[in-house]
Amino acid sequence: MNFENQGVIKRLADQYGPENLTVVLGNGEANGVEVFAETVTEGDPSYAGPLAGVALKIPVYHVLEQEVMNEVPENLRDEKLQLSSLVIDIEPMHQLLQTARDKI
Amino acid sequence: MHKGTKIIAIGERDGVPGAVIAECLEGAGYEVVFQVTECFV
Amino acid sequence: MSENKEGIKPVRVGIEGVFYSLSHVPDLVRYGSKPLRELRANPLLGEQLTKHLRGFAAATAYAPHQVYIGNIAPDKLGELPKPWFVKLIEGANPQGRFGALVNQDQFYASMAGADQFDLVTLEEKWFHERGARYPLGHRQPRLGSAPEIGNLCDKGALPLYSGDRLAGAFQAGHEEDANLVAEVLLENLAAKVTAAHSLRALLDNLNANAGEIDFVISSSEEAVGDRYNRGGGNLAKAIAEDVGCVNASGCDTKAFCAGPMYAMVHGASLIQSGVAKKVAVVAGGSLAKLGMKFESHLKTNMPVLEDVLGSFAVLLGPAKPGQVCMRLDSAAFHPVRGGSSPQAMAEYLAEKPLAKLGMKLTDVDRYGVELHNPEITVPSGSGDVPRTNYLTLAALAVMRGQIQKSQMEDFVRSRGMLGYAPTQGHIPSAIVYLGHALDALQSGAIRNALLMAKGSLFLGRMTHLSDGCSFLVDRNEVSGG
Repeated sequence: MNFENQGVIKRLADQYGPENLTVVLGNGEANGVEVFAETVTEGDPSYAGPLAGVALKIPVYHVLEQEVMNEVPENLRDEKLQLSSLVIDIEPMHQLLQTARDKI
Repeated sequence: MHKGTKIIAIGERDGVPGAVIAECLEGAGYEVVFQVTECFV
Repeated sequence: MSENKEGIKPVRVGIEGVFYSLSHVPDLVRYGSKPLRELRANPLLGEQLTKHLRGFAAATAYAPHQVYIGNIAPDKLGELPKPWFVKLIEGANPQGRFGALVNQDQFYASMAGADQFDLVTLEEKWFHERGARYPLGHRQPRLGSAPEIGNLCDKGALPLYSGDRLAGAFQAGHEEDANLVAEVLLENLAAKVTAAHSLRALLDNLNANAGEIDFVISSSEEAVGDRYNRGGGNLAKAIAEDVGCVNASGCDTKAFCAGPMYAMVHGASLIQSGVAKKVAVVAGGSLAKLGMKFESHLKTNMPVLEDVLGSFAVLLGPAKPGQVCMRLDSAAFHPVRGGSSPQAMAEYLAEKPLAKLGMKLTDVDRYGVELHNPEITVPSGSGDVPRTNYLTLAALAVMRGQIQKSQMEDFVRSRGMLGYAPTQGHIPSAIVYLGHALDALQSGAIRNALLMAKGSLFLGRMTHLSDGCSFLVDRNEVSGG
């Protein structure tokens, strides 16, 4: 995750408290998801960004996971997310994210 | 996701953009405190 | 040609030709935006970077580059053994059917030739040994001795290396103006000379006279200007001058990566309306994007693949019988109310404009989307951009009942292609396919092609919106105009 966004998340965690935040991702591929999830739970795995060594333990989801989709009103889901759910394979991402959430 | 949580939407241009995540989560009744779309190319 | 549905009157503008240049500039990778920042923070990285640079022969024999310049069809790329950067093409020619690779020596010489403000000084021995053989136009290059060049660099000029050798220096254009520092001017001049190379080569290929062109539109990734107008622009006119288009004026069209597609629509509109007769649409290379993903290439022990500046030139004129043309009546944009979802983008850029022509998504023989080379993007976690674009179109076709979900991969395979363009932003965006599309349309292998580009406007921090532009290309009737 780019350093600027890491910095913003850190600031927001200070402002609202990490326990009051949830990160929702929109990655197109699974390999980015693992890194992003680790960054906001355990800290930046590259140890280079503002979240290096900072374990915020913020729960992280992907917008196409059932847990999120179930909460989005049907019309919005159909119009905005249905096509993406055909293009993006959510299952491997769900596995990665569930593991990250269980560790919190 | 626990009710009342504030949302940070990190989208991807070639996945689901941040603005779309934000709109969907706002539609679900959440407050989105930050949205961004990463573009790798 | 596409069948004319009832009530639809095609509006066509002729595409006379296209030319693509790849300027191989390994010793300028260090000045790409990402390497520049990373090397300043960690100078030891510079040594590693240098070890991973490839030579001109390897860049020429790199399969995606051979596709880019027209020597290998996009369909064949998938059949070639991987990794492409290891399995080089034997006997590869730097001259292509509709493109060419330019080596660094020629690039440096052309920068000196195009420089009207004494920004570029070339080391005299280097120039006589390596640079003098290349055409420079009317201008004599500014030359200096090795100590003079060294002195300029000590005072802040950017060193221009040729391997270990100091071949020249690039100076700032102003002592204080941040928009005229050497890094910015190098970016701008690189865009100018690469676009000019493509336009010159196109005119040569077509046996056309530069004087025939009455308008040039540039859609390059640079910001030509000064502190009072950072993006003043009109690089187009500078390019027109450099190429000898003495009867032309020009202007720039900018829209992030979708810029060139808009430029084509603008150019075609000038012709259709009679305001201009022959329009050149050009796009210069992006120096800022050199080495963008170099770190991942170093980590995976690959050569730095982002070592080329991509550029192209297209010539437009009134439609002739039987000619491959832009369907101006198919030009489509993405309105503000459209929203940024991939679905909305595909609806506005593909489904709706096709429906206007009485066509379905499955009536398009080939889609030319953002054709970034996946060998560059996948190792850095950026994914396979063309594939994602094609899957999106296929998914929309599923949602509209035009194909089954099980036919998505087939849709991608038969109407799409592997990416082969360098990650130069606007260069992979759709028009990169035009050269091969012209061939396929002329031979009748395909009836039409839909070109679609997208722009990440949100990167400029003025809007969260995405953007895009598309149009169909097909053949004009043989009998009509």
